[in-house]
Amino acid sequence: MTQWSGYFGLILQGALVTIELTLMGSVLALIMAFLAGLGRLSRFFAVRALATAYIEFFRGTSIFVQLFWAYFVLPFIGISLTPLQAGVLALGLNVGAYGAEVVRGAIQSIGREQYEACIAVNLGRWQSMRHVILPQALLVMLPTFGNNAIELLKATAVVSLISLTDLTFQAQVVRSQTGNTMVPFTTILVIYFGLALIISWGVRSLERRMARGLDGVRV
Amino acid sequence: MSAPIIKIDGISKSFGTFKVLDGLSMQVMPREKLALIGPSGSGKTTILRILMTLERIDSGHIQIDGEQLYHMERNGQLLPADERHLARMRQKIGMVFQLFNLFPHKSVIDNVTLAPILTKGMPRAAAEKRAMELLDMVGMADKAKAMPAQLSGGQKQRVAIARALALQPRIMLFDEVTSALDPELVEEVLNVLWRLCSETDMTMLLVTHEMGFAHDFADRVLFFDRGKIVEEGKPDEIFRNPKQERTQGFLKKIIAAGHRV
Ligand SMILES: Nc1ncnc2c1ncn2[C@@H]1O[C@H](COP(=O)(O)OP(=O)(O)O)[C@@H](O)[C@H]1O
Ligand SMILES: [Mg+2]
Repeated sequence: MTQWSGYFGLILQGALVTIELTLMGSVLALIMAFLAGLGRLSRFFAVRALATAYIEFFRGTSIFVQLFWAYFVLPFIGISLTPLQAGVLALGLNVGAYGAEVVRGAIQSIGREQYEACIAVNLGRWQSMRHVILPQALLVMLPTFGNNAIELLKATAVVSLISLTDLTFQAQVVRSQTGNTMVPFTTILVIYFGLALIISWGVRSLERRMARGLDGVRV
Repeated sequence: MSAPIIKIDGISKSFGTFKVLDGLSMQVMPREKLALIGPSGSGKTTILRILMTLERIDSGHIQIDGEQLYHMERNGQLLPADERHLARMRQKIGMVFQLFNLFPHKSVIDNVTLAPILTKGMPRAAAEKRAMELLDMVGMADKAKAMPAQLSGGQKQRVAIARALALQPRIMLFDEVTSALDPELVEEVLNVLWRLCSETDMTMLLVTHEMGFAHDFADRVLFFDRGKIVEEGKPDEIFRNPKQERTQGFLKKIIAAGHRV
């Protein structure tokens, strides 16, 4: 009879690593998304070019290769990262590239009349962005950001390949020690799904809170 | 005899190959109330948008209060205006739009206080006190906490007027501010305009199809057609006794369309 409770402990530890990776990766992705998304809309050609290069590069290459590169190649130029750091870096940069297009699209979806109202009350470019355009654009971004966060959660499984002890890694450990495949992998399947649900709910309630009053019904 | 507060000198403006304004010149005196009338597409909105710096001119000069709007004088030379110069000039001018353009994510009072707090560094409490006075003046004080989406068109427009007034501009531009409103809501907005007209010494430029109101409101009426001033004069002259055929034709059409004169 297998001592399952010990193995569940292992999987729970893996879950914590996965959650940590998802949170930190999402924060980096969010920062990169805004930097590159706003960069795409910059007045300066060099900034636009840099943002475009980043977005195209990270969308055009695989997350596996990016991760391996961060973990195995960076040490050759003197940058040694822990598996967690490499994972956060690869996930954040990769998902941030997709997020940047979301940021850009959302900002461009705000009507010209809002920009003109800003000029008419003499707000500066950054003031307009910060107080008028971004708050409205954020609402447009949120649903897609939710999807991106779930994509990021699912992509965390790749870090098991550089032996970071996340959910997927621990499931493999349990499998090799017990010879049982069904129990560990069914367990992590359910956990991944549960985490994704939490993200969906979180984003949706944030969306509801931010939309309050905009439709003229709830205040 | 004081100097004009707005001096437009031979300005031209094209959209693509279409020349909307071709060497237009006009002047507006301080405190003057001006009505701009004319058929749709004659360039009235474009003139207001140019004064609000929402549209650039291709050539010519504009002086606001004795200062170049689109140029900066540096060591006797005229250079194109930079953002800082434009921001300083914009302090003198406010605009109210046909479609209100309120900030939908901000409450009524926040719509009014946002710019004074950000651009004039006004403390929030002072900005809110001033905003409440303005909202009271436009009859919207009881809706200060409401969101724009909860308001009728006439209410939105009155808030938009308060928002523009909060910056205390010397010149106010009104672009068909009642055209998007249901007929029963036009009156409440015109009443506010009337108060501003009779109680303040702001210079006001009003583009409108409300000929009856333009008649009472304006010191001077300009009739535009195809980017040119075809006729100008005292309201009585323009509305009772237009000299130009095109003005006569336009007014006839407007009356036929049910607008009172
Ligand atoms: N952004 C623009 N792009 C192209 N054409 C424009 C633009 N804005 C105005 N126009 C054209 O310029 C002319 C004058 O427009 P406008 O100033 O809005 O006239 P009015 O307010 O008197 O109706 C119209 O023919 C209009 O189609
Ligand atoms: Mg117009």
